[in-house]
Amino acid sequence: MYLFQTIKSSLDNLALQKSRSFLTMLGIIIGVGAVIAIMAVGASAQDLLLSQVRSMGSNLVGVLPGAADESGAPASMFGIEVTTLTYEDYLALEELPHLVAASPYIMGRGTFVYLNETKDFDYLGVGYDYVNVEDTSVELGRFIRQEEVDSLARVVVLGSGVKQKLFGNDDPINKRIRIGQVSFKVIGVMEERGVAMFQNQDDRVFIPIKTVQKILVGVNHLAFIRAKVDKEENIALAISQVENTMRFRHNIEDPTKDDFTIRSTDQALDILGTITQALTMFLVMVAAISLLVGGIGIMNIMFVVVNERTREIGLRKALGAKRKDILIQFLIESASMTLIGGLIGVISGVVIALVISISVNYFGYDWQFIITPTSIIVSTLMAIGVGLVFGLWPANRASKLNPIEALRYE
Amino acid sequence: MLIKINDLTKDYINDELVTPALRGVSFEIKQGEFVAVMGSSGSGKSTLMHIIGFLDKLTSGSYFFDGEDISHFDDEKLADIRNRKVGFIFQSYNLLPRISVLDNVLLPTIYTQYLDKEEIKDKAIKLLDKVGLSHRMKHRSNQLSGGEQQRVAIVRALINDPRLILADEPTGNLDSKSGQEVMEILQDLNEDGHAILMVTHEKYVAECARRMLELKDGKVVYDHRVDNRHLAKDGLEK
Repeated sequence: MYLFQTIKSSLDNLALQKSRSFLTMLGIIIGVGAVIAIMAVGASAQDLLLSQVRSMGSNLVGVLPGAADESGAPASMFGIEVTTLTYEDYLALEELPHLVAASPYIMGRGTFVYLNETKDFDYLGVGYDYVNVEDTSVELGRFIRQEEVDSLARVVVLGSGVKQKLFGNDDPINKRIRIGQVSFKVIGVMEERGVAMFQNQDDRVFIPIKTVQKILVGVNHLAFIRAKVDKEENIALAISQVENTMRFRHNIEDPTKDDFTIRSTDQALDILGTITQALTMFLVMVAAISLLVGGIGIMNIMFVVVNERTREIGLRKALGAKRKDILIQFLIESASMTLIGGLIGVISGVVIALVISISVNYFGYDWQFIITPTSIIVSTLMAIGVGLVFGLWPANRASKLNPIEALRYE
Repeated sequence: MLIKINDLTKDYINDELVTPALRGVSFEIKQGEFVAVMGSSGSGKSTLMHIIGFLDKLTSGSYFFDGEDISHFDDEKLADIRNRKVGFIFQSYNLLPRISVLDNVLLPTIYTQYLDKEEIKDKAIKLLDKVGLSHRMKHRSNQLSGGEQQRVAIVRALINDPRLILADEPTGNLDSKSGQEVMEILQDLNEDGHAILMVTHEKYVAECARRMLELKDGKVVYDHRVDNRHLAKDGLEK
């Protein structure tokens, strides 16, 4: 009854001074709302990043030219051209037992002409096994064959977006297009794939790797090789086999002098997960600072409340309230104020996260709306904790009041 | 013997300046007495009342309440004895304005351990009925007139069956009709065996009691039975 009555009377007091209570709680509302929203956005961003990496295909191992230390990325990832990786490296890796599919990659951009349509697109030089590496398939026609790679055939497979932009609703198979001055035959159209690795996979054109190297770009190296491992548990083994093969082929005896870097999607997932988590925690801590500021506001108003109710405190003491009774009463008051603020904050945080998720989805990303129960429980407890901690000083002052003087207070 | 006070003194110390408020007060109050304490302001009557009501501590002398020497009680024990053994009636009623009459009456009981909540609620309703306010128990106390508020305060003082009722100028803020009603209730309570100590500076109110004490400059200068006792139900005249 005591607890119930105290909570009820503190709620009555809050209701009595609605705008003051709201302004006091605002800091807590903003703090908790920000924490909830940031944690939700962090979780969703992480989910998006990971799903983007996963959508490239599972159990992938990539070989990049250039050395890298354990945690960093090789120079080739920053657009610096390293020419040590070759088509022959790819051929050797393809033979490895645990790699079920592998493809060399090189990128370029060109002007594509079909009849009167002229448009710029990115193209990708790949091997015949590309579709198996990235778990995709052709919608129309067929993909590039091994012989076409070897014979520098001038054939292209269009991404579904490219087909739409160049051909509209016409059937593109066996039609001829020009890339720059070179004429190519369209042999297939890829299935729609959407955004993976933050690139629209449908706005690309696929060309046999050697054709790109020799005819379109004029180089001998590869940008990277990507291979698919047969089973998840074999990834480590496959990586070490790739390593050994590469070292043998490049005559490297000292592993610290590697001129290549191997990355697996698992690793990438790990790193991305760690980065997004650290970033989220940092932002949550920034948001939590506003809880601190809110707490100071609570403390301030609680001093005002204690002052306003000095006579009541004196009366309660005269009627037999002990110090701890008064202390608890005011702690409950400040904690119920922050609890209400916290609950409003949770609701607004959830709404903000929902609005963000709706707008990001509007821009075509598969952004999940993720609210973890932990974030709600933790931030609610944090709000109550703020009320208790910052209410302690005013409540302590109230509990120490002399009943005679308090009763005389006007 | 309910109260036994012997050579009690109280000094207020403010910036090393010692102001004596009581300079050796001795008297006894028996069970069932109705004592009025009179005196001009500064005579020490409020201080005496605070000490008797366990709100303040004495400087020297002894104070036995109900056979217990309370001069060595700590704050916790004093709060407990205030809660269970005395009932306070204030000049300005001191009800909490925003809670109901019933909750005001029950206010002391939330600090009393081991109470049957239903039983105490029934008792509160019965007591309110006795002072003619049971129909008002759901009202908030600030919707009541002054006389009604003081009657609620009397019920609040009675809720824990105190050994002593302490009334500090109980009629001071009331018109004469309400004051008469309040004094009637106090006299009835005394008839029922309650011991009452009332502080007042008005003689006609003091003459409702059975015994009168007068303080002057921190000392008892007069201590006698009231011979021509007023009965409030016959009307109070100034």
